[in-house]
Amino acid sequence: MVSEALRLENLNKAFGAVTVADQLSYGLKTGEALGIIGPNGAGKTTMFDLITGTQRADSGRVLFDGRDVTRTGAAERCRAGMARSFQVPQPFAGLTVFENAMVAATQAANMRGTAAERHCLQILEQTQLLNKANVQAGGLTLLERKRLELTRALCARPKLLLLDEIAGGLTEAECVSLIDTIKNIHQSGVSIIWIEHVVHALLAVVDRLVVINFGAKIAEGNPTDTMQLPEVQEIYLGIAVDA
Amino acid sequence: MSTDHLQVKRGSRASFVATIIGLIVLAVLIAAPLWAGRADMRLMGELFLYLSLACLWNLMAGYAGLVSVGQQAYVGFGGYMLFALTIFAGVHPVVAVLGAGVLAALIAVPVAALVFRLRGAYFAIGTWVVAEVFRLSFAQVSSLGGGSGTSLPVSIVKSMTSGRQAREWLSYWLALGLAVAVIAAVFLFLRSRRGLALSAIRDNELAAASLGINIWRTKFVVYVVTAALTAMVGALIFLQKLRISPDAAFSVNDWTAFVIFIVVIGGIGSLEGPIIGTLVFFALRETLSDMGTIYLIALGLVAIIIMLKAPQGLWGIVRKRWDLQLFPLGYRVQQSATPDNHQQLHDK
Ligand SMILES: Nc1ncnc2c1ncn2[C@@H]1O[C@H](COP(=O)(O)OP(=O)(O)OP(=O)(O)O)[C@@H](O)[C@H]1O
Ligand SMILES: [Mg+2]
Repeated sequence: MVSEALRLENLNKAFGAVTVADQLSYGLKTGEALGIIGPNGAGKTTMFDLITGTQRADSGRVLFDGRDVTRTGAAERCRAGMARSFQVPQPFAGLTVFENAMVAATQAANMRGTAAERHCLQILEQTQLLNKANVQAGGLTLLERKRLELTRALCARPKLLLLDEIAGGLTEAECVSLIDTIKNIHQSGVSIIWIEHVVHALLAVVDRLVVINFGAKIAEGNPTDTMQLPEVQEIYLGIAVDA
Repeated sequence: MSTDHLQVKRGSRASFVATIIGLIVLAVLIAAPLWAGRADMRLMGELFLYLSLACLWNLMAGYAGLVSVGQQAYVGFGGYMLFALTIFAGVHPVVAVLGAGVLAALIAVPVAALVFRLRGAYFAIGTWVVAEVFRLSFAQVSSLGGGSGTSLPVSIVKSMTSGRQAREWLSYWLALGLAVAVIAAVFLFLRSRRGLALSAIRDNELAAASLGINIWRTKFVVYVVTAALTAMVGALIFLQKLRISPDAAFSVNDWTAFVIFIVVIGGIGSLEGPIIGTLVFFALRETLSDMGTIYLIALGLVAIIIMLKAPQGLWGIVRKRWDLQLFPLGYRVQQSATPDNHQQLHDK
C-alpha cells in the first residue's frame, strides 16, 4: 500500500446556516502535490483550518501520516510535520522578518543555534525576502507579508505544506520564480496542498486537482482533464471574473 | 548567490554601549552607602522594588497577554509568608524571602488552573477576585493580627543584622539584587528559544499555535514564575516596612494600579519600557506628591495622553525613531565581518 500523507474522512463543518465542509473526503499520497480550486467562499480556507487544527470539524476524521489527529491541537499537528501559509497574512508584527522565520525554525522544526539561523537565511534567499531580514514584519507591504507566510511555512521544514493563495498579485517574473520554488520543494519530497485562484501557476506544479463548491468536493483527478469538465469550467469562469 | 557572506548577530553597538553603562550604573548603585543618605537609599530601594514589579507585570501582560489586575495577591502573599515563616518557623528573614517565592509558585498552580478558564476582561476580573479572596483570608488569621495586621517582632529584626544602619543597607542591597535578578531572568528568558515563542504569542496567537507553540503551557509557566518572583518582591517590601496588614498587603492601588501606570507610560511589551516608566513615575511622584490629589490627577493625565498619543509608550517612540534595542534580544543579519565592513543589511 502506498503510504498516505493525509486523509480526510467525511468532514462536516457549518457556521450557523452556512455549510463550509460537506462530507469532504480525499487522500493525499506521500510526496504528492494536490491543487485545490473553487469559488470564493467555497470553504477552501476552512478546510485548511480543519486539517491544521485551527478549527474543529463538527464530524468526520483527519488522518495525518496514518495517525488520527482529529482531536489533536494545532501546535501538536504542526510539530508532527504540518505547516501552512495563511491567506490573510498573520505576521508577528513586532518581530523582524528574520525573527519570524526563526520562530518557525526553532518552534516548529525544533532546530537550534547556527543550524536554525543558516536554514532561515537560505529560505529567505529562496523567497526573496533576504533584503528585508532586519525589517519589522509589521512594516511590510501586503505582498511581502504573503511572502513571509511562505517563508515561515518553509522554515518549519514540513512534511506536509499547505499553501493558501500565495500567487495572487505577483508580476509574471515573480510568479515564474514562485513556481520554481514550489517545484523544488515538491521535488525534495514534501507533500503539498495548494489552494490557488491563479490556475496556470497551480497547473504548472500539481499532480492532481480537487474542486470544491459549497464545502463539497465536486470533481477530482488529473489536472488537465478536471479543468475540462463542464461543471468546473462554469466555476473557473466565475473565478476568472472575480480574480 | 548563497548566504555564506551573511552572519547573524544578537547584539548591536547600542546594546554593547548600554551594557557597559548598565554595569557602571550598577557598580555606582552597589556603592550607594558611600554616597547616598538614608532617605535617598530608602527611596532607591523602593524604586528597585517597583522596577521589579513592573518588569514582571510587563512579562505577563505585555508578552503573555495575561492582563492581571490582581498581582497584589502575590505581593501580599509574599509579605505574609515572610512574617509567617520568620515568626512561626524561626526562619532567617532572607531565607524567608526565598521561601515566600517557592510557596507562591505552589499556590499559583491551582490559581492559574482556575483563572486560565477566563478570557480577556473576565481574566482580569478573575485575578482581582482572587486577590480579594487572599486579602479576606489573611484577615482571618488572628495569629498574624487579623484585620488590623501585625509588626515584625523586634527580636527577629535584631537577629538580621547588628544594627539599624546595617539593616537598612542590607534591605537596600536585597532590593537592588532582586531587581537585577528579575531583569536578568526576564532578559535571559526572552532571549531563549522559549522566549522567542513568547514574543510570537504576544504578536499573534493564531500564527504562534500554527507554528507549534503550546500557548497554554507557555502562559502557565510565565504565570507561575511571575507569581513566585512577585511574592519575593512582596516579602522584601514588607521587610522594609516591618509591619503588615491585609489592606496594605493586598492594595490594588499600590501594587497593581501604579505598576500598570509605569508599564503603560514606559512602553508595554519591551524590556526597556518598565525601566523608563519607573524612572518617570518616581520623578513625577517626588516632584508632585506634596500636591495631594493634584498628583493623582497629573498621573492620570500623563497616562491618558501617552495612551492616546503613543500607545507603545515612551520607549516605543524612541524605538521607532532610532530603531534602538538596549537589551540584545533580537537577531540582526549582517554582512560577515571583515575588519572594515560592519555594515548592516538595509532595505532599498
Ligand atoms: N469563523 C467564521 N465564522 C463564520 N463564518 C465563517 C468563518 N470563517 C469563514 N466563514 C464563512 O465560511 C465560508 C467559507 O469561507 P472560506 O474562507 O473557507 O472560503 P474560501 O473558499 O477560502 O474563499 P476564498 O476563495 O474567498 O478565500 C464563507 O462564507 C465565510 O464567510
Ligand atoms: Mg480562502
